[in-house]
Amino acid sequence: MLALARTVVHRDLLLALRRRSDVGTALLFFVIVASLFPLGVGAEPNLLRAIAPGVIWVAALLSSMLSLGRLFAADYADGTLEQMLLAAAPLGVVVAAKTFAHWLVSGLPLVAIAPLIALQYDLAPGLYGVLALSLLLGTPVLSLIGAIGAALTLGLRGGGVLLALLVLPLYVPVLIFGAGAVEAVRDGLGAAPHLALLAACLLIAAVGTPFATAAAVRIALD
Amino acid sequence: MLEAAELECERGARTLFRGVSFVLRPGELLRVAGANGSGKTSLLRILCGLSRPSAGEVRWNGQPIAGIKEDYARELVYIGHAPAVKDDLTPRENLEISCRLAGRAASALALAAALERLRVPELPVRKLSQGQRRRAALARLLVSETPLWLLDEPFATLDAEGISLVDGLMGKQVDGGGAVVYTTHQEAGSRSTRVVDLGAGA
Repeated sequence: MLALARTVVHRDLLLALRRRSDVGTALLFFVIVASLFPLGVGAEPNLLRAIAPGVIWVAALLSSMLSLGRLFAADYADGTLEQMLLAAAPLGVVVAAKTFAHWLVSGLPLVAIAPLIALQYDLAPGLYGVLALSLLLGTPVLSLIGAIGAALTLGLRGGGVLLALLVLPLYVPVLIFGAGAVEAVRDGLGAAPHLALLAACLLIAAVGTPFATAAAVRIALD
Repeated sequence: MLEAAELECERGARTLFRGVSFVLRPGELLRVAGANGSGKTSLLRILCGLSRPSAGEVRWNGQPIAGIKEDYARELVYIGHAPAVKDDLTPRENLEISCRLAGRAASALALAAALERLRVPELPVRKLSQGQRRRAALARLLVSETPLWLLDEPFATLDAEGISLVDGLMGKQVDGGGAVVYTTHQEAGSRSTRVVDLGAGA
């Protein structure tokens, strides 16, 4: 079962490697959105410091949503998703592996690049690490929750907009705890409670969402 | 080994077929016939467990397939309408991945031999013709050792040589004690075949 999950992750990473531009687009989107705010609201350092955690987290949210469409749609169109239903392991395992691979190419780069983007907001030195840590815990949740939406909107016309409407409200807790962690440290409080709540979200999502996603994929292919 | 009991399929408000029953024994070749829209593909998808019938059930060695999902999936190869090969991968990579997904590890030699036998060039699938894609998908038959094959239009887009090759593979499968269910419009196939006729369609 683990070997099969590894195969799926390896396959999706290989496909992402062959289609590097898709991965680059979402990352570039994040960079651009997060850079627009300093240009738009002006170079007032205190204001920038105040909005930084929220803006960077919202940009990460949107960028992660942008890449969700790719999670199942291409496999659905060429019939490989069908074959995954007939794989030798439960569909939940396949779906979890695909979601993990999706996070590796869409979430992990955000974690790496966010501190760099945050330089534009002149954050206090101690905050960069917290920002990266909150994204490290939060972006997998975005992929896991988003996978349910991606599976539910499979094969629908105009699925992209519907996907956003379905998924964005569910992202709210992650946004609050994620941005909250950075704000708490900035305001002299510890980030531990927020990060603990994010980790709890991650655990719940990791255990619960693959089943829901698998069920949605089954419905889409029926 | 495979048993269909009173299968019924509804699509939207209309009933495609009802009361489809048959028993497939080792060494048998079953052709699903019927007009366009009569539900041949739907029947095949029900047989492999992708769709649920609105009534009736499919049993594998006496057990309903709904209860033995992955164990049943390990026993079959399903080749559907879509070739299920990724455009960005080579036929070899596609074949290797689908082998692993099916829970088998085929040797590099076996993979290469299968693709060579079907004359699939080792280019990204994006650059292949429809017929070559089909061949890349059908290569799975050569590396599978499963007792049941479910083939949806295996001859579509193939040339005469390809058709006889696939026909030969199906013959070898049933001679070896396997079973094949397939749909086709052509009267292809030299051997005696049982037929399930779904009629003229709704």
